[in-house]
Amino acid sequence: MSDKMKSRGIGGWIFLGLVIISYALVGLVEPEATIQAWLFFENVMNRVLPVLGLVFILLFVANLLLEPKWIKQYLGTGAGPKGWFASVIAGMLSIGPIYVWYTVLNELQAKGMRTALIATFLYSRAVKLPLLPLMIHYFGVVYTVVLCLYLVLFAGINGIVVEKLIVQKR
Amino acid sequence: MNRISTDRLGKSFSKTIFSFFKILPIIIGMLLATSLVITLFPEQISTGLFGNGDFLDALLGASIGSIAVGHPLASYLLGGELLRGGVGLIAVTALLVSWVTVGIVQLPAESLMLGGRFAVMRNLVCFITAVIIAFVTVFTIRLIGIL
Repeated sequence: MSDKMKSRGIGGWIFLGLVIISYALVGLVEPEATIQAWLFFENVMNRVLPVLGLVFILLFVANLLLEPKWIKQYLGTGAGPKGWFASVIAGMLSIGPIYVWYTVLNELQAKGMRTALIATFLYSRAVKLPLLPLMIHYFGVVYTVVLCLYLVLFAGINGIVVEKLIVQKR
Repeated sequence: MNRISTDRLGKSFSKTIFSFFKILPIIIGMLLATSLVITLFPEQISTGLFGNGDFLDALLGASIGSIAVGHPLASYLLGGELLRGGVGLIAVTALLVSWVTVGIVQLPAESLMLGGRFAVMRNLVCFITAVIIAFVTVFTIRLIGIL
């Protein structure tokens, strides 16, 4: 998929179009199964719809209050515990496609940002704050909390291990 | 505290609308696709592809997550439906974690921007930690359940 298609969001619509075509093709061969699949989809969509509303609100708040400059400033300034903390928080708060953040991290890497902190930042992106309601909806509060805590913990471990492996190879 | 201007509110709102409409077809498409696959192959998903023991299932889940491309929402939807289809929580967790931490498709871009060695090592470590996290998460939840 080209960058242009990605930025315009056409890729998603093409994907949806292909899925609809698949439904039509399967419908010709297995009409019963297609109706069952559609009913299943309706059922799931009814459950997911209210959660999507909450996701929209959280995305709006993130867009309103967070600026890439802010994240960049805090990531670039600190080494030590502050740097680790900033990497984890910035990773969790960073939204949008990962390609955008490669560019920011590339800049920070050139300015001397630690390899471990870059890896930590990228790992912390696994905790998607605006999507937590949906995760809770599917997997429950306990699972979501436990998984997120481990993701944060492993973000740091991951950073240290990656840095050590790279230094060893050098 | 600075007051948020109407202009900024409007910009943020339109940006959110744009982002939301970008992910909406992906969510609907993923839900439709998952519904079709689960309806057509319910047995195969739970017992054919998966169902080879926790470790192999976790490896399979992590592998699927590593090569999958798409919004994290899609992984929740797929993971949730797989869970309903009878796939184990360890495999689903490995899939969820690797989906957002490992990026085989993004590897060339990551290599170009952050260095090839960094990209390969990071993805490799992320794959391994996805499997580890899957086990410790499920064991912790079971422990919480016992306590």
